[in-house]
Amino acid sequence: MKKIFSNGEFCMGCGLCEVYCIAQHSKSKDILKAYKREYPRPISRIRLEEKRPLSLAVQCRHCEEPPCVDACLSGAMHKDEETGIVVHDDGKCMGCWTCIMVCPFGAIRMDPLNRKVVAKCDLCPGLEVPVCVANCPNEALVYREVET
Amino acid sequence: MVEYVIIGGSAGGVGAVEAIREVDPAGAITVISEEPFPQYSRPMIADFLSGETPFEKMTYRDGKFWERNGVHALLGRKAVGLDLTKRQVRLDDGDEVAFEKLLIATGGRPFIPGIEGTEKKGVFTFTTLSDAEALAEMTNGVEKAIVIGGGLIGVGATEALVKREVEVTMVELKDKVLSLILDAAASDIVEKVIKKAGVTVVTGQTVKRIVGRRDDDASVGGAVLTNGEEAPCDVVIVAIGVIPRTELVAGTEIKVNRGILVDRFMRTNVPDVYACGDVAEAYDFIWGENRPLPLWPVAHLGGRVAGYNMVGVKKEYPGGTAMSALKYLDLPIISVGLTNPDGGTYETMIKYAPEKDVYKKIVLKDDLIVGMILVNEIEKAGIVFHLMKNRINVEGFGHELLSDDFGLITLPENLRRMLLGD
Repeated sequence: MKKIFSNGEFCMGCGLCEVYCIAQHSKSKDILKAYKREYPRPISRIRLEEKRPLSLAVQCRHCEEPPCVDACLSGAMHKDEETGIVVHDDGKCMGCWTCIMVCPFGAIRMDPLNRKVVAKCDLCPGLEVPVCVANCPNEALVYREVET
Repeated sequence: MVEYVIIGGSAGGVGAVEAIREVDPAGAITVISEEPFPQYSRPMIADFLSGETPFEKMTYRDGKFWERNGVHALLGRKAVGLDLTKRQVRLDDGDEVAFEKLLIATGGRPFIPGIEGTEKKGVFTFTTLSDAEALAEMTNGVEKAIVIGGGLIGVGATEALVKREVEVTMVELKDKVLSLILDAAASDIVEKVIKKAGVTVVTGQTVKRIVGRRDDDASVGGAVLTNGEEAPCDVVIVAIGVIPRTELVAGTEIKVNRGILVDRFMRTNVPDVYACGDVAEAYDFIWGENRPLPLWPVAHLGGRVAGYNMVGVKKEYPGGTAMSALKYLDLPIISVGLTNPDGGTYETMIKYAPEKDVYKKIVLKDDLIVGMILVNEIEKAGIVFHLMKNRINVEGFGHELLSDDFGLITLPENLRRMLLGD
């Protein structure tokens, strides 16, 4: 499967990954509309961490043995056997936050649109390349094939 | 073809089936479950009782999990005896099921203390779907409930009843609610939120006696507290905790302490017999010893590890610990490990913003994290959990664990690179 890798050495901390992630997961999929007209604004599933001069963008790593899947109380979090993607099913999520407790990357967030469920990177279904990678100006985010 | 038998069809049983099937698609798996339903998520019974979650949403896997995995599921059947010499499980109807590899995942049962009157109609426990169904039926139009116990089960039941517009009094023997997993400051925040929802919280008391109705002594009419006060109510929920359900192995050579003792491979002292979940007493990575941990994710993980070892893939159980994520009354809380240490060898860091009800606490011992409580700001919990679980020394960056911009970037470079795999 393909995974996103984050190279802190090339990251400038511009935050465009978060901006595009928010837009992609908004209703309109349009940056201006998502930022200006959608309340509450959708959450970014990628987190830009900064500790100058370092910066780094983090999102779900779609682990080989995902602790979130093991810990999930409702069965909402599961690993798609074919694609290897760790998928979160909103409809099944009970919002218990157990996955947040065990994710080593802190990559799962409470969805402010609906505090009853979590949100995480879904690798932008339907797109060839996730929007955070496609719009990273310095190629700090790379989408590449890994052996599973 | 190996014959696997699993007693218990909840988190542990499901985890074991998944692990066995990853390696052995052909072996015969029999699951014996007392509950007549498809497998479901027990932690969701509070949402079921509150009316927010229909049963269809509670299936832990899909509704056809047993069928899809070629499991011979004996649902609504009870294992009543074990013959470890003949390698058979005896069922309630006298049938015998032969095993080559056995997993005991019978779970826990609610602890009911010696309170007078618990046999009356209207007294419930709250751990299974049947409990929730019975309570849902009973609390239609019912006005007052008393919940005995301010722990995880008690608070969950209380919230569900409040949502059903039942007037609830929660009675907790300790001075604080959730005292097993929170410290006083975090508990106070929870108590404030519970009270705001309209619940009467009584601490330092318990129920001494459940009394009948004036017109019907066989039905609950009220409860007498230890201080002698009598509170009227229509239902009583006993939510004091669960104890390992070990009666099946009583009188056998399987070693039991509080729960069935298992090693790091989930093996009991009897060859080919494994145990996991609430019935077991397995390794706790913070306590450094075995102890019962009646928690869903711990049961599932234990089941998986047992499954791998049953099928011949040697897999070590990393251990569990006290770990709870709470969502009660929309107050997100995460509590892991030793959160309330006594003695002077622990170092405690606290960050408290009362105006936002944000409370964060980390407990350290010799530069290892041994406990954490996070209230309202919980999203970085997993990074701390990872450091705890892997016993990573935090010397040099431990002081940053509670800072607002704490993240992977706070970790030393080699640690971060190892974690991110680049």
